[in-house]
Order: sequence, then structure tokens, then C-alpha cells
Amino acid sequence: MSTTATSPVPGKPQQGKPEPGTTRPAADSVPAVSAKPVTWKVPVLLAVLGVVAFIFFGVMGPNQTAKFGISSSGDFFQLPAIEVPAFLGGIVLSVLMLGLAAYAVYLKTRNEASPGWLPIVFIVLFVAAFLIWVVGGARTPSISLAGLIAGSVTLAVPLVFGSLSGVLCERAGVVNIAIEGQLLGGAFTAAMVATLTKSPFIGLLAAAVAGAVVSMVLAVFSIKYLVNQIIVGVVLNVLVSGLTGFLFSTVMQANKAQFNSPGRLPIIDIPVLSSIPVIGPILFKQSVVGYLMYIAVAVVWVGLFKTKWGLRVRAVGEHPQAADTMGIKVNATRFWNVTLGGAVAGIGGSFFTLVAIDSFTKEISGGRGFIALAALIFGRWNPIGAFFAALLFGFADNLQSIVTIIGTPVPSQFMAMLPYLVTVLAVAGLVGRSRPPAADGIPYVKG
Amino acid sequence: MTEQDKPKHMADENAADRRATPAHEPQSPDPRSSEPQSPEPQSPEPQAPAEAAAAAAALDTAGGVMQPSAVPVSAQSGTVPGGADTLVRRIFTGSGMVSVLAVLLALILGGLLIASTDKQVGATASYLFARPSDFLSAVWTAATRSYVALFQGSVFNPRGSSVAVQFAPLMETLTIATPLITAGLGVALAFRAGLFNIGAQGQIIMAGILAAWVGFALHLPLGLHLLLVLVAGIVGGALWGGLVGLLKARTGAHEVILTIMFNYIALYFLRYLLNTPAFQRPGESNPISPILDPTAVYPQILGTQYRLHLGFVLAIAATVLVWWLLNRSTVGFEFRAVGANPKAALTAGINVPRATVLVMAIAGALAGMSGVAQVAGTEKVLTDGVAATYGFDAITVALLGRSTPWGTFAAGLLFGAFRAGAVQMQIQTGTPIDIVLVVQSLIVLFIAAPPLVRAVFGLNPRKKKAVGAGKSKTAATTGGAA
Repeated sequence: MSTTATSPVPGKPQQGKPEPGTTRPAADSVPAVSAKPVTWKVPVLLAVLGVVAFIFFGVMGPNQTAKFGISSSGDFFQLPAIEVPAFLGGIVLSVLMLGLAAYAVYLKTRNEASPGWLPIVFIVLFVAAFLIWVVGGARTPSISLAGLIAGSVTLAVPLVFGSLSGVLCERAGVVNIAIEGQLLGGAFTAAMVATLTKSPFIGLLAAAVAGAVVSMVLAVFSIKYLVNQIIVGVVLNVLVSGLTGFLFSTVMQANKAQFNSPGRLPIIDIPVLSSIPVIGPILFKQSVVGYLMYIAVAVVWVGLFKTKWGLRVRAVGEHPQAADTMGIKVNATRFWNVTLGGAVAGIGGSFFTLVAIDSFTKEISGGRGFIALAALIFGRWNPIGAFFAALLFGFADNLQSIVTIIGTPVPSQFMAMLPYLVTVLAVAGLVGRSRPPAADGIPYVKG
Repeated sequence: MTEQDKPKHMADENAADRRATPAHEPQSPDPRSSEPQSPEPQSPEPQAPAEAAAAAAALDTAGGVMQPSAVPVSAQSGTVPGGADTLVRRIFTGSGMVSVLAVLLALILGGLLIASTDKQVGATASYLFARPSDFLSAVWTAATRSYVALFQGSVFNPRGSSVAVQFAPLMETLTIATPLITAGLGVALAFRAGLFNIGAQGQIIMAGILAAWVGFALHLPLGLHLLLVLVAGIVGGALWGGLVGLLKARTGAHEVILTIMFNYIALYFLRYLLNTPAFQRPGESNPISPILDPTAVYPQILGTQYRLHLGFVLAIAATVLVWWLLNRSTVGFEFRAVGANPKAALTAGINVPRATVLVMAIAGALAGMSGVAQVAGTEKVLTDGVAATYGFDAITVALLGRSTPWGTFAAGLLFGAFRAGAVQMQIQTGTPIDIVLVVQSLIVLFIAAPPLVRAVFGLNPRKKKAVGAGKSKTAATTGGAA
């Protein structure tokens, strides 16, 4: 199958016998000699962003010196704060970005694709320039970088669990729009059970069970009854929102002490290691849920890509017919994967009521299930990719609150918008194509 | 990352595949959106072979270009749809009956939920085995009390002092149903073209922004002003929806993800605007816009004692328009063809990307009418709660209405009644408004899985049939959601 040889105008009847898979929209069809067409998308996007960065962060950049604190007072050893003249920093970083964009254009003219590291380095530079610009333009041009990063990781915890749930479901071929519902169900159950048993740890377990139950509804309806997975997901979010809201109003609000004061999971501080600047608080000063997050990312990654189980799951998600032929029980695999995904998301939900705040309120997950979905897509259905995407979104979330405190010219609403904009760019293929598993969302009927 | 970079050309090929068939994946498991309205209720299992034959016949006639065979499809295949079943069974297993039973089942479960948190029920449960009748009557009382209050708050209140007051709840229902109907129509229209428009929420918001701005910032004569408000709202919704269609058609991005993200982008954009001098009411620190000019709001059609406004009449007109569009117009035929099978539609010469953009733009325009109904009809002001949850409710409305225009209209009225009645229910009986969300979502879940509903009421077709139908893939898929 050639992809670009015949790029017909979409919609026009094709001459000759149409072969499935030979059409593509005229958006970016540049006739290419190689089988793998190199498009102008990446170079053009990088160039545009580079120019934007040069104009806003560089030429129009603020004249103050941005100060980034790295160590906190209790650290093992102290590092000096980084001070960057905002104007100069903006110019230097944006020139570097323009250099990268020029390199991508040069590669394109030689019909070579940009290497994978190029967009990543570009994003890092862009974020750095953006930070300098934001902080440099603030009323108080000083910010604790360590605090910013630690806060980002904390905010990213439910996102990571949510996107891992998505990875587990969608790698097996079941679209999981119900992440929001799983998070919310987990949060509610964690608060309720932890209060009743007076043990946050049992609450954590119960959250996993609750997430799994929500997921099982998704699995039963989409696998057994073949209801469209997106419909079930959307409806499940509403159902869980209604159920938890109803029970909150009738049970929890009437008697908060008896039903809605779960207490918090303790923060486990590993001595010495937690005093390392920047990475100490991130890696060695977390709640159980926070440590579980790192473990879960590693386990899911190893499980999916290095074990027989993972190979089977991916086979089921990519080509269920082939998997079935090889004797893999497609629908059973899907069912248990979706259930497992729900349990993971449920644990993430417990973060809201056992770590962040110690009580449940209506809609406590506040749409984070959808950001997790975005992280899953931006992370290209890969646990590690999803992890870093969730970190980026947590970073945006945290920066948004800090930006309002230090008082910068950027409206906080635009920071809040960032994850969604980035996701739109990602799915639209502007930041590298994000490709779902081939059989994602298609129910499998044996026969 | 490296794992995925290696087979990139393969991936691109697959992507190209997917882009060429923009609406295929969500379509196949959801025959509701593709299935033409069945003229009569039929049992889905026996009907399936006939459908397959119909599809084969459609292929034989090259998408309708050639003259179809004079022999009826069902006769060609030798099976009469549902012919082996008794009439009674067909009535009770038909899709209309399933809808009614699904609503009933959801109401029963909702009632049980209400009862489970009721104090009286809890008290009688402690001596359940001594006197079970007490417990059962307490359950009955708790559930019916709430539902009676729901009815009185949504349709007819017998305690009103005059007829006008007695029917005030019904007018409130119609008022709340107005944005549900138009946004639901937008979602339903997209469903029929095989697109999941989760983005009614964002489309309402964008429409609200434009309509409200025209309403309070411009000062125009009566008539013209309102017309311009309406046009601005429709254009706002159409652009926001059409943008999704454009992105999907050009890049193959999945519209579910796009619309979800666009909802949030619209919401934060609105919140930003409400903090700017252009939109914030002068002298106000809350994010709220100035009140719309009197020339820019919908007139109240049944007198000033009801909130019911012209938007409801426009919603009826929109329903007629969508019905005409889908069932009588060429464009609508193209939409349905794309929804039924995008590859076949492409082969038959239908411009699939154009249809995608167009259907999303029209869906956005319909949702935009909801935005106008909100800012120019019900609220007369723009806040960040302009869309409430109408955009999300619209999805359940469209699903309950089986994506047909009049079905959506009826579903919009039902959910409008739930919404209006729930407020009264909460005041009178203390049952939280959230119960409506539970009942709504249960209704849609059950309607989407007819076998489950039939199993609950013991109406499943005999085993032999089910096994026979399960053998062909088409049969099982249609059986799942017909």
C-alpha cells in the first residue's frame, strides 16, 4: 500500500478501483520518494513557535531579573538561586529555538525527518523561556523552582493514575472516557470507607475496589452488550457524579463526623534522601499514593512491553482477530484489563480525599479525568509518555496558581487552558502523530 | 518512544487509513445512529439477516445509483423480519417498548436509591423481619413522595390557586427543555453522521459569548437587535463546532477528544473574558456581564408570569428543520450515508470531509441556539454558568431520543421535566437534585442495552433464536444496540 502516490482529492470519485487505505486528505500530502513522507508540519510549527518566542519572550521581554530558588531551607546542602536577566535569557533561548527550527527545516529540505529529541529539546527550551518571561514580568520576580516542581508532581498524581487506567484499557482496545467517573468513585469511597473503618489504608483499598466496580460496568456494557464504549463512558461519568452527589447530600452532609472525616495518609519522609534539593521532595517525601504512582508507572510499563501478558494485551488491542486465532481470549483479556484500569484510577481518586484534602465534596475530581485522558493521548498511549505528559499538565496547573500569586501579565485562565490546547495540537498531529491502538473502541465479536 | 518510532511508516499508513474513513470506528458499534427509523417495532435478532441483505442490496445498486431490485429485500433473503415471532412478543420486545421499560427500570432503581437513604425506611429496617410490611410501605412512601413532588414540580400542581398557577410548572419544564432540545438536536444530527459531538457545552458557551456581547454592547432598534443576537449566537456555535469538523477532516483527529478539549478551552476563555472590561459589568467584581438590552431578549410568549420565551417556538422550528434536513434533503441523505458507511459514501461520490465539517457546523449552530436561549431568554445575562450542564445533558437527550429529531424533542421535554421537577422535589422532600442525574444516566444505559432490559423483565427472545443470530457478526452487533 502506498500512502501518497495517488493522493486523490477527498470526496471526488476515484478513478479505477478504489483500494482501501490509498486515500489521504490533501492537508499535507507532499509527494515523497520514500515510503515515509516527511511533512512540513514539524519544521513549520517549530519555526512559528520560535518566532513567537523571539518576539514575546525576547524582544518584548521584561527587563527585570528572574530569580529561581532551588534549595529550601531544610535541605541537605544548599544550592544558590539561579538569577537570569529576563531580557537576555529570552533572547538567548529563543535564538536557540530558532536554531532548532532552522535545523528541522534543513533536514526537511534534504527529505529527512527531524530526530525524536528535537521537539523534546524545543519544548524544554520553550517552557524555560516561558518561565523566565512569566517570572521576569511579575511584580515579585522570584519563584521557588523546587516548590514549583514538587507541587507539580503532587498535582500530577491523580492525573498519572487516571492516564495509566486509560493506558491499560485502551491498549486492550476499550476506550475509557470514564476515567473521571473512576476517579470520583474512588475519591468518594475512600472518604466513606476510611471514615467508617478509621483507617485511611483500608480506604485506599476500597477506592481501588470502587474504581474497579465503575470499570466493570464499562466492561460489561461495552464487551457483553456491545454498547458503544464512548456512550457508556460518557454516561458513567454522569452516573457516578449523580450517585456520589446524591449520597454526599443525603448521607455525608448530615453527619460529617461519622461518614466524611477520613483523616490523611501519612507523608513518608525517607531520611537524608528527602533532603536532596529539588529531587528529594519529589522522590522521597511522598504519601503512599505518591510512591504507588512511581511503582505503578514502572509496573505498567514493564508489564505491557516486557512480559507475555503485555504482549497479549497489546495484541488484543491492535488486532483482536489475530490474537483470537493464537488462542488468546480477547474479551476476557479486555474485561480484566478494564477492571484493573479502574482499580488503578480508583487509587488515583483516593488522592483527593486521603492526601490533598481530608474530606469529600461534590465533583471533587473537577474534570481531572479528562486531563488524564489528554495526558494519555499526549503521552501516546505509553505509560512513561503519559507520566511525563501528566507531569507537564500538573506543572501547568501549579504554575497557574503561582502565577496568580506573584502577579504576572498572563491571565491564569490561559494557563488553565494549556493542557487542553496542547492536547488539541497533539491529536491534530502537529506535535508528532498520536496513534491509538488499532482496535481501540471496536468491540470484538468472535466469528 | 523508540518502540513506536520504528514502525512509523506503518503507523502513518494506518493513520491514513483512519483518516480516509473519518467516522468509521465509532460508527460500527452504534447502529442506533445509522439505523434508519424502523417503520415498525421489530425484534432485533430476527431482523438482522434482513438488514444484512438490505446492505448487500444497497451495494448491488451501487449506492442507489442503479435501480434497486423490484423484489423486496426481505423476500430476497427468504426471511420475513420477525415473522417467526408472535405479534405480542414483537410488541413487547420492540424498541419503543424497550425505551418505556428502560425509563421504568431507571425510575424504580432511582426510587430504591431514594428509599435507601430515607430515615423512615432506616427505622423500619431495624425490625424488618418482625414486620416486613412496615418496611415495604416506608420504601413505597419515600419513593412515591419524591416522584409525586417531581411531577407536581414539572407538570401540574393541584394546589395552585388558579389554573394559570397550576400549570406554571409545565411552563417551567418547557423553558428548561428549550436549550436541551436544540443542543440535543445538534448532538443527534452529528450522531446520525457517525460523529460523537461531546462538544455541545463549548458550543453553547461560544454562542453565549457572542450573543451576549451583541446583546449588551450594541444598541439597535427592536427586532433587528434580537435577530442579530440570534445570528451571532448561531454563528458562534457553528464556528466552534465547524472548527472541530475541520480539524477532524483535515488531520483525522478524533472528534470525541477534540470536543472534550474544546469544551474546556471555551469555558476558560469565557472566564477570561468575564474578567476583562469589555465583558464585566461596570462596578462589579464578580465575573458577570451587563444585562442584555430589552431589545435583545426573547419576548415571553405566554405572558410575563411565565419564563417561557420565544426560544421554545424556535426549538420546535429547529426540530422541524432538522427533520426536513435529515429525511428530505440531499445534504441530510449525505450525512446519513457518511454515518452509515463512510467508505461507501466516499465511493459513491459524497465529499466526506465536507460533510464532516458541515455536519459539525450545523450541530454547533443548533447548540448555539441553546446558548442564545440561555442569554437572551432565560438568564438575560452572561455568567460562567451560562451553559450549566445543558451541553452534557444534550448527549443523554440525543441518546434517549435515538437521534431522531422528534425523539430528541420528546426526550428534551422529559429531561426538562426532570430538571424543573427536581428543584421542587428538593424543596418539598429534601431529595437531592442529583437523583435526576442518576435516573437520566440509568435510562440511557438501559436503552443502549436492550438485551439487559429484556432480561430484567423476562422478555428475551427464545434461546434458539439468540444462538442463531449470534452466528453472524452483523446480527450480534445490531442485537447489542438496536
